[in-house]
Amino acid sequence: MNWSIATVVDVLAETHRTASIVLRVPGWPGHRAGQHVDVRLTAEDGYQAQRSYSIASAPEDDTLMLTVERLDDGEVSSYLAGELRAGDELELRGPIGGYFVWDGPFGGPLMLIGGGSGIVPLRAMLRHRIARAGAVPVRLLYSARTLSEVIYHDELLAAAREPGVDIRLTLTREQPDGWDGYDRRIDRDLVADAGFAAADRPLVYVCGPTAFVEVAADALVSLGHEPGRIRTERFGPTGR
Amino acid sequence: MLDGNAIAGTLSAAFGGDMTLVVSKCGGCGARGPLAETAVYVRAPGLVMRCRSCDAVLVVVVERDGRYCVDIRGVAELCTSTTTPTLP
Repeated sequence: MNWSIATVVDVLAETHRTASIVLRVPGWPGHRAGQHVDVRLTAEDGYQAQRSYSIASAPEDDTLMLTVERLDDGEVSSYLAGELRAGDELELRGPIGGYFVWDGPFGGPLMLIGGGSGIVPLRAMLRHRIARAGAVPVRLLYSARTLSEVIYHDELLAAAREPGVDIRLTLTREQPDGWDGYDRRIDRDLVADAGFAAADRPLVYVCGPTAFVEVAADALVSLGHEPGRIRTERFGPTGR
Repeated sequence: MLDGNAIAGTLSAAFGGDMTLVVSKCGGCGARGPLAETAVYVRAPGLVMRCRSCDAVLVVVVERDGRYCVDIRGVAELCTSTTTPTLP
């Protein structure tokens, strides 16, 4: 797999800490929902830094999109989600990964559980499911600290009106007046309430910070979900 | 801490194909799981993959000038796996 040069078509502010980067990649072979790319930056003195980012766009989308969270100590993310502009070029390689992916033929029901920027690969799966207009029921449980930190907020509201799509938000730190969604950190009861029953045998994809994923995965197993139908992706404070 | 998904590109470059679905058996405790699920530390010298059960080092990948060197002393076994989740 070789590095290729992508051109930035647009940079969209998603939240105060995240931005979506729309890219044109000559010769892009297409990707599966949930896959990654590696992005490499090279400084004038030759120093290189490389990070893995989930692809936010669906296979059906015309352009490749990454959504990057700007980390306080992030030497790559602070550039990508802070300084990058349309017309700039990036080195990337991909698509990468065969584990945390959902293809339409896998079927469902499809359960997506995301924490923070863990929503990014789940967004690709959700868009893929909607683009195929299939009958696979899908539920998304998305945990964010505050409403303003909900990435893709308007898109998720629109998606929730699609048939067979159920989207639940939990805001763990601060809720707006009149909030009727969940208001606590993920736990077993939340997974039981928002998710499909184990008897429905859903395919479950969990992505978020390590602690979030561990709680969700343990809850799923304790509720009787089959480990072989749960796929996880964790990230820590560094090098998302 | 990350997991094996995050270094799939480097593993692919080092091994010549996607490795995230490959199931490893830990040489320390014998636990099995896909490489995607291993605990990964990218700030060590090189990329370090550890067993999620016993924390033993499974694999260390070092890259220099586009060449990869992979230390797999901690792995007892690598097996290919199905490409799809367990289907009904």
